Amino acid sequence: MYVEENFIIMKSNKLKLYFSLFRIMFSISAFTFGGGYIVIPMMQKYFVNNLKLISEQELLDMAAISQSTPGAIAVNISVLVGYRIAGLIGAIICCIGTVLPPLLILSVISSCYSVFRDNRVISSILKGMEAGVAATIVDLVIDMSKGILDEKNWLLTLIVPASFFASFFLNINVVLIIIFCSFLCFVQTYLKSRKGGTRYD
Amino acid sequence: MTKNIIILLVSFLQIGLFSIGGGYATIPLIQEQVVDFHHWLTLQEFTDIITISQMTPGPLAVNTSTFVGIRIAGIFGAIAATLGCILSGFILSILLYRFFRKYKDIDSISDILKGLHSISVGLIAASASTIVLIAFFGSPLLNVKAVNFNITAIIVFIISLFSLRNYKMNPILIIILTGIIGLFFYQ
Repeated sequence: MYVEENFIIMKSNKLKLYFSLFRIMFSISAFTFGGGYIVIPMMQKYFVNNLKLISEQELLDMAAISQSTPGAIAVNISVLVGYRIAGLIGAIICCIGTVLPPLLILSVISSCYSVFRDNRVISSILKGMEAGVAATIVDLVIDMSKGILDEKNWLLTLIVPASFFASFFLNINVVLIIIFCSFLCFVQTYLKSRKGGTRYD
Repeated sequence: MTKNIIILLVSFLQIGLFSIGGGYATIPLIQEQVVDFHHWLTLQEFTDIITISQMTPGPLAVNTSTFVGIRIAGIFGAIAATLGCILSGFILSILLYRFFRKYKDIDSISDILKGLHSISVGLIAASASTIVLIAFFGSPLLNVKAVNFNITAIIVFIISLFSLRNYKMNPILIIILTGIIGLFFYQ
């Protein structure tokens, strides 16, 4: 319920809402070192825990969808968060907030990038951050796996290690994994409905 | 100049459209267009760009397209390349999201979305393993050597994970703090 209430309050002052969306996306993007997935725990912190604008489940939906569509995952998920909270304008604002930090930073760096590349201070900061990024993403994987286990569905549980194995050890293309698993889920639902059983969750 | 910008936009539209799975899936596509097909950059320049993109914040695919765009046609080139790279993701993810919301009451559709949840956890775990390998051994390859094992990194990792799980610390704060630790330990 609180998700909806907060939603209405924020909607009443559109400009303020747009500005805070932009501000949050800008700062998240400015600190995304180490790949797109790192934005998911950050979005969770701001939009689910602090602002309560979207629910945990919705964020997971958005993560799954941005994974399955082309383009950068971090951009897609921020577009979806913006779209859910403030419609198409929200999506555009969040998108700009996400791409602006790299655009600004790289415009500055491009003129002197060899200096930046060979700088020892910068490389030691980045080396230090690797452990922090690793911890953040492992924390996310633990949270998300718990969520899947709670579904108590053997197929959904089994897909997690299977897609991990297919991607990490076998380097199978993500598109193939998505198509194959979606097909399995569809078949499972079809078989359950044929048996005349109700929804299994 | 204008011609270059239009070609950039079209090339990165193709790149954006065919890069499912984010970041590292995009790099070979960009290389194909920028180095092999249009000969805008040499392989060495392209490798440098990837290195810089990994060193700067923001999504890797966006960073790389921004940087390639700047090198080829200045700031407008950067905007064109970035726009091309994100446009198809922008449109398709909103359409897919609307589709799943509209049909969320149909079992077979909502079960596919649940399946996508599981896949995305598996894929994030795969990416997490790569990141952990890089942090601990300095290499994403599986045949790691025990000598390269980085004790500092694993201690920082354990403390960070503990603070995240037990004190719900802000991930941005964790990343800033571990950066400061790196400054003192790896110089």
